[in-house]
Formats: sequence, C-alpha cells, structure tokens
Amino acid sequence: MKVFKLMFKNALRHKLRTFLTILGISIAVVAFGFLRTVVTAWYAGVEMSAANRLVTRNSISFIFPLPYAYRDRIARIPGVETVSYANWFGGVYIDKSQFFPRMAVDAETIFEVYPEFIVPPDQLEAFKKERNACVMGADLAQQYGFKIGDVIPIEGDIYPGKWEFVVRAIYQPRDKTVDGTQFYFHWEYVDERMKQEMPGREGDVGWYIIKINDPNQSATISEQVDNLFKNSRAETKTETERAFQEGFIQGTSLIITLLNFISFVIIGIILLVLGNTMIMSARERTKEYAVLKTIGFSGKHLLGLIAGESLVISALGGALGLLLTYPLVGVFSIAVPKSWFPVFYVEPTTLVMAGLSALVVGIVASLFPVQRALRTSIVDGLRFVG
Amino acid sequence: MASMIEVQGVSKSYWRDSFEIPVLNNITLAVPEGEFLALMGPSGSGKTTLLNLIAGIDRPNKGSIVVSGTNIASLGESQLAKWRSTHVGFIFQFYNLLPVLTAFENVELPLLLTSLSKKERREHVEAALTVVGLTDRMHHYPKQLSGGQEQRVAIARAIATDPTILVADEPTGDLDKNSAEEILTLLGRLNKEYKKTIVMVTHDPRAAERAHTSRHLDKGELQ
Repeated sequence: MKVFKLMFKNALRHKLRTFLTILGISIAVVAFGFLRTVVTAWYAGVEMSAANRLVTRNSISFIFPLPYAYRDRIARIPGVETVSYANWFGGVYIDKSQFFPRMAVDAETIFEVYPEFIVPPDQLEAFKKERNACVMGADLAQQYGFKIGDVIPIEGDIYPGKWEFVVRAIYQPRDKTVDGTQFYFHWEYVDERMKQEMPGREGDVGWYIIKINDPNQSATISEQVDNLFKNSRAETKTETERAFQEGFIQGTSLIITLLNFISFVIIGIILLVLGNTMIMSARERTKEYAVLKTIGFSGKHLLGLIAGESLVISALGGALGLLLTYPLVGVFSIAVPKSWFPVFYVEPTTLVMAGLSALVVGIVASLFPVQRALRTSIVDGLRFVG
Repeated sequence: MASMIEVQGVSKSYWRDSFEIPVLNNITLAVPEGEFLALMGPSGSGKTTLLNLIAGIDRPNKGSIVVSGTNIASLGESQLAKWRSTHVGFIFQFYNLLPVLTAFENVELPLLLTSLSKKERREHVEAALTVVGLTDRMHHYPKQLSGGQEQRVAIARAIATDPTILVADEPTGDLDKNSAEEILTLLGRLNKEYKKTIVMVTHDPRAAERAHTSRHLDKGELQ
C-alpha cells in the first residue's frame, strides 16, 4: 500500500459527499468553460485579425463613406501590397431575424487580402465573372442549405430595392478560428445600380482593407494614408485590423467585463464547495491524523494526504466538467444561429484555465484543513471527539 | 540492567484559558530494558501524560527524558516524528485503526515510513499478524473485526517496525474480560519472548498484575 492509496480511500470515504462535491465542481467548471467560450467568441473578430492588414475608414464615423478614388492613391504608398474595399450592405433575407453579414466587396482583391477564406479556383473564377454572383462561407451555406447556383433574394434597406445574388462560390474557413458566415458580392454590381437608381451614391466605399508588406510598418503607413487625405472632404482614420475590430466590441466591454467577473465568481464557488468538504473531512479525521503523527508521519505527509485528497476531488470534478463543456458548447453552437457567434469553440486556453483553476482551487481548499491538522497537537488530536 | 527509559525531574502543566493546570510534578523514573511496567492511578493523576511524554508525543515543561540513550526532549518536531517511527510502538485504548484500511494495510502503515521494499513490508506485516494470531483476518476491515481482534491488529501495527519500546494506554479498557485476557497475554509474550520494554497505563489491578512492576501516580506525583 502506498500513501496515495490512503489518499484515494480517504477521498472516497463518504461516497455521496464526494460525488456531490465532484458534481458541484464539474457544474462550476462547465459554467466557467462556457462563459469563457462566449467571451472568446466575442473577441473572435479581434483574434482573427491579421497583423499585415490595415483598415481605413471615414474619420468621422464608420457609417460615412469614402470616395472610390482613394483606392489608387492608397495603392501608391510604398509598402502597400494590395488595396481592397467593402461596403456594409445590410438588407433582409426572409425576415430580420435571419441575420448574417452581407457585404459588397471588390471581387478581384477581396480573397487576396483575406487568404484565410479558401475558395476553390474554379468557383472563384465563376464568382469574378458574373456581376450578381455571390460567395458565402461554408457555415452559412450549411445553416441555410445554400448550394452553388441558388439564387438568394435580399430586400435592400441601406441600398433599397430587390436584389438577387447567385451563389457561385463557397469558401472554407482555413481553420476553426475563422468566420465561415460571410456573404460577399460584387461592389460594382451595387455601385452600378446606385448610379442608375440613386445618383449621388455611386462611388461610395465603406472602408478600405490594406494589405501591407511589413507589419512593422503599420503605424507609418497608417499615418501616410491619413496624411494623404488630410483637409479633404472625407478625412480618413487608418488603424490595424485588430484596433478596428476592437472598436466594434468596445461598446459591449461592460458585458464582457461582467462575463469575466461571473466566470471568476464561479471559481470562488468551486473553492467554497471543495473547501467546505475538505474542512468537514479533515475535522472528522482529527483523531486519525493524530494517530498518524504518533506513528511517525510528519507534517509533510499530512500535507500530502490532505492536499492530495483535495486535488483528487478537484481534478475529478475539473475533468468531468471539461468533458461536459464540449457537448454543451456543441449543443449551443447548433441551437444558436451561426451568424450570432461565427466562431464558437472551446479554446485550448479555456481548457487550461479551467483545468488550472480546478487544481489551484484544490490546493487552496486544503490550506485551512492542513493548517488545522498541523497545528493540532497529537495529545489534543487523540482527545478529539468529533 | 541498563535503563531503557530515564525520566529525570519532569514536570508538566497545561494551560486552559488563563489557568495553569499542573499535571506532573518533578517525576523521576527509570525503566530497565526488558521491563514491563504498569502505571496506575486515579483519573487525572497524570499517568497518560507521563506515557505521552515517554512516547515523545508531548513535551515536558521541565526535566529530561532519555529513551534508549536519546534525550527526546531536545529533538525537533520532525526529528521526534522520525524517532517515534523507529523507537515507539503505541497501543491505544480505542485501537485507533484507520477504518478505510484493511488489517494488513493498518499494520503496514508505519512501515511506509521505512525504506523497506514492498516484499519486505509484506513479510514484516505477515510476521506481526502471525505474532498476534490474525493472519486469517489480514484482509478484513476494522468494522469486520471484534474489539479484541481490532486491538490485536493495533498491537501488530505497534510491533511491525520492531520498536525499542511499547507504550500502551489502557489497552484493555474497552474490552470484555476474555478479550482483555488475550491482550494481556499477548503483551506478556511480547515482553517475555520478544524482549520488548513495555510501559502500560491501566486502571485495572488485574492488568497491572501481569506487569513486572507497578508504579502509582497521584496528583502528578509518583508514589
């Protein structure tokens, strides 16, 4: 027999209590893992950002357009590799609840600046050739059952009128961290109709996406772009794609802070659940610890026994919780429209955080019982009546 | 014969709140090697305290206790724990076996602190259980044993490491007459056949009769 065996036997001495404690920890770990996954999903756009991409928008607000004519001037700045552009189209598909991002983009360059969207070459060619063609992410196609050749009717709002787009390409996200719910079509197609139906709105670009050669030059190039259009009728604000994405979620930072706070409150709850169990267990065993000390077991042995027992329980609870987190996140990602959280998966860092939290809790929860066991003299321990 | 245990001018008092309660007063005692000593006295006379001091699980306020040449009052906590593991076998009134361990595992407990291999530990445990006559119950848990059997397992645990001295605190106090007889016979055998020095605290005059020597404590003083 090893001391480990005694540790395990102690952990399973009150089976129901241990089971309920493990269950409590696992539920808390599931809640922690789930909340962290939501927070991660919220930041997915930021995390997806590439270091070599800049975004130029109107300096007043994102909702004000920039002239199409800026494109060539930006492209001439040294260090700029590709300039692409896009407009937020909006619109309604079936009804307003069927949301997915719809954007008018430069068909020639959009997939050069977003290489993480992988389009089969023949489909890309077909998309480029046809004015009202569209390309969509595989997740979106799967969600609605869209396939190549389907016609997608959209009721315009920002760009009024009835619009129809033919699916000519479906892109695959490079990996699970990449959004698979985008819906792109030709900017020129939209622009032509604007020219005919709403003169004055032609030539408007929502924002420019600039691919640069050297990410270290992002600050310099951003400054050069903005200097180029200083004192013009549409001044620009250029920033890294990451900063641009962060600007979008800034308004929800309070919610994120709250979710983060709740996830750490959950850790506190685990600590209380396990701490309570360990205090009760150690108190019941006061006499046994005194006997062990009488036999010659040292403080280190008791520390190992008590902390080990606590760690066994927390590790089992943590492992069970992590195992349950996957199906829960899976069910959630199926139940919730993909466009709400395009990237929704349990990140390795979430697993590490949840696992480490359970282990740290295991150690912390044993501190008080260990201290009590060590401080109680053998004589007092042998006299203890629980 | 050389003294196995030498208690010299030992005093001990406890504090309860702000009150000092004197328990032992200037005790001097010598126990020769191979002795079977019974410490008797009324409740509160300090006999268990003296036993605890000899076993190194408590410390005197004054005086020295030398067991087998080691002044145990001068040892640090971890040194004392190590000393106990090799020199003292403790037998309690209520056996104090760990309920989650079998008889075998309970006897093996003190051997886990030694450098013995698993095979050697098994041999020691089986030998100890053979001495107490419980080899057929080695895989039983304490709750599956009678009081007398539990105490025999506790004695096997006490002798498993072949300690220098055995200390027993009311070893028959929780047993019926027959079981008590068995335990006293066993202690007698350990003293006689295995030359163990035994110090036993007891209320029971019949138990004390089985010892070579009896000493009486009263109000913290040795009579």
